[in-house]
Amino acid sequence: MPDAHAGAAAPSVFAVAFKDAALAALVALGLAAPMLGLVTVQTQSGIELEQHWGRVAIAVAIVFAGRLLLNLTLWRPGRKKSLGYVPPKVEARLARFAKYLAPLAILGAVVMPMLPFTERYAIDLGILVLTYVMLGWGLNIVVGLAGLLDLGYVAFYAVGAYSYALLAQYFGLSFWVCLPLAGILAAFWGVILGFPVLRLRGDYLAIVTLAFGEIIRIVLLNWYWFTGGPNGISGIPRPSFFGLDFDRGDDGFAATFGLDYSPLHRIVFLYYLILALALITNFVTIRLRRLPIGRAWEALREDEIACRSLGINTVNTKLTAFALGAMFAGFAGSFFATRQGFISPESFVFMESALILAIVVLGGMGSQFGVAVAAVVMIGGFELFREFSDYRMITFGLVMVLIMIWRPRGLVSTRSPSVFLKEKKAISGSLVQEGHG
Amino acid sequence: MTEPLLSIRGVTAYYGAIAALKGVDVDVGEGEIVTLIGANGAGKSTLMMTIFGAPQARDGAIVYDGQDITRTPTHKIAQLKIAQSPEGRRIFPRMSVVENLKMGAAVTGYAHYDADLQRMFEIFPRLKERANQRGGTLSGGEQQMLAIARALMSRPRLLMLDEPSLGLAPLIAKQIFAVIAELNRTEGLTVFLVEQNAYHALKLAHRGYVMVNGRITLSGAGRELLEREEVRAAYLEGGR
Ligand SMILES: Nc1ncnc2c1ncn2[C@@H]1O[C@H](COP(=O)(O)OP(=O)(O)OP(=O)(O)O)[C@@H](O)[C@H]1O
Ligand SMILES: [Mg+2]
Repeated sequence: MPDAHAGAAAPSVFAVAFKDAALAALVALGLAAPMLGLVTVQTQSGIELEQHWGRVAIAVAIVFAGRLLLNLTLWRPGRKKSLGYVPPKVEARLARFAKYLAPLAILGAVVMPMLPFTERYAIDLGILVLTYVMLGWGLNIVVGLAGLLDLGYVAFYAVGAYSYALLAQYFGLSFWVCLPLAGILAAFWGVILGFPVLRLRGDYLAIVTLAFGEIIRIVLLNWYWFTGGPNGISGIPRPSFFGLDFDRGDDGFAATFGLDYSPLHRIVFLYYLILALALITNFVTIRLRRLPIGRAWEALREDEIACRSLGINTVNTKLTAFALGAMFAGFAGSFFATRQGFISPESFVFMESALILAIVVLGGMGSQFGVAVAAVVMIGGFELFREFSDYRMITFGLVMVLIMIWRPRGLVSTRSPSVFLKEKKAISGSLVQEGHG
Repeated sequence: MTEPLLSIRGVTAYYGAIAALKGVDVDVGEGEIVTLIGANGAGKSTLMMTIFGAPQARDGAIVYDGQDITRTPTHKIAQLKIAQSPEGRRIFPRMSVVENLKMGAAVTGYAHYDADLQRMFEIFPRLKERANQRGGTLSGGEQQMLAIARALMSRPRLLMLDEPSLGLAPLIAKQIFAVIAELNRTEGLTVFLVEQNAYHALKLAHRGYVMVNGRITLSGAGRELLEREEVRAAYLEGGR
């Protein structure tokens, strides 16, 4: 813009801001009028419409004033935009620390229950968060690596949970026997889902997987004599420590190790169990990424046709992604069952799939560390807002919107290559070693 | 001539109801460079993809090394040591140059991966400089080099290139053609080349075909085609 215009444009800044705020207020009015202004209430004679125009006025006023304020301050034309922008310096420093951050986080997770000031609530919360970290990492294989948008992931979580619960109920099998079985069964269902959706991508795949998730839940709900239907299954056996139960008995865990009985032992044990399961998921994923199958997943995400013309069997590649992702959900599911001692279809609603997917997307698809951070933020945040449960979903949405503005490609959007070109020196070094061997 | 390495007989291919190939006959002999030229939309890329089974030919037969591959799935065809650098390059944009090259070697089970990687870096030193850069951030020409190198990583017997000179500076294009000729001479690599750059491509080729509207209208030795009046008029005006 030439300078001559600056003088003429100056007085209109307020006018523009005002006009924009008025427009926003109009939109707010349109939204608030039906959503806040009209409330249906149940009365003896039926349903009646209550009107609350005061609320609407307040909402519109807030939007108008807020927008005007923002227009005149933060969003003033000519002001440097700071939203959605992380200074490169900070970015670089974070990247340097990231290398140490992951081991530090694992160390923190390991020592957390042993710290003297850690309460039972913190450990419980840790178990919850770690369950979602594991689910996020599992789904990350399907969505983040292989690029297959799966909206029904909770189905495999359910398969895992019900596998353990039913095997324990009908055959009296222990947790440690059922854990691998649950994983295998979930993987099997992953393949079953995989076959019909092999040719689908993107939105279409999302719809079918969503339907699959619902089918599993509805079957569990209606297969009354087998699964208990809406009543669920209770009395699911708790895990033992290499055959030692966590109880007051003489051959229980506490007595064997000469400790005083405490219900905390089991909680701490469960905590380490899910930590181990989650870390196994992580470890396997990281290893697989460096193997041909992992590279094939990522290539599949990028370009399916190119993959095929490079001799990759895309059918097998997709099915293994579905199966592996489902397997980890199955493990997590049987852990969930043994921790709760009670499961019902209510725990496996679509909202869970959405939550896990949100964790993966917010974490930055494909980034293990990002997914873990996102799980902590989301689940931890959810717990913080437990008291205000009415506002949970609003906060949930708000956090998602904010992260997507701030980091549109997820918290950790940089993808580290799985193979690096080694420097000349490194290559000759390894050759020398080979000569010695 | 003995049995050609690749023989295409009466092949038709359709996109829905639209015929893109209307009965194509093409032979590519072992150790030959065969060039296919034609106007935009003639069906050149379609022919290349049809050889790879996507879309599959509706009629006719494609025989490679004595084996009918007309109905073979794409990934199985790639396992027969046919490689292609397709139209639009189709490199993996978020994967690094080395990862892209490694994907090229997947079909061989990485048997000669290290040696071949070094060889690609000798042929295309630019790729070595960019080894750990994401494929999508390469320049157009570098992406083209990557696509060709990725195809070569599978140690193909038959290399199919769809417009390898597209978007390259004339000097680089010349280098690419030189590389193709060199590989053909020293290693006996068979090349099937689709090009708009008719002059260079035909000069290089042992034989050439001209495609118009899904049909082959002319064929002959590369230099012979270059002399033909109809070829000069349609494909070489200002082409050199
Ligand atoms: N996926 C598709 N769906 C429908 N029609 C297609 C498709 N791909 C190509 N076609 C049509 O088939 C015809 C041949 O296309 P093709 O890509 O083979 O041409 P080409 O000779 O490679 O042209 P160019 O030199 O421009 O690359 C064109 O008319 C094109 O519009
Ligand atoms: Mg083409």
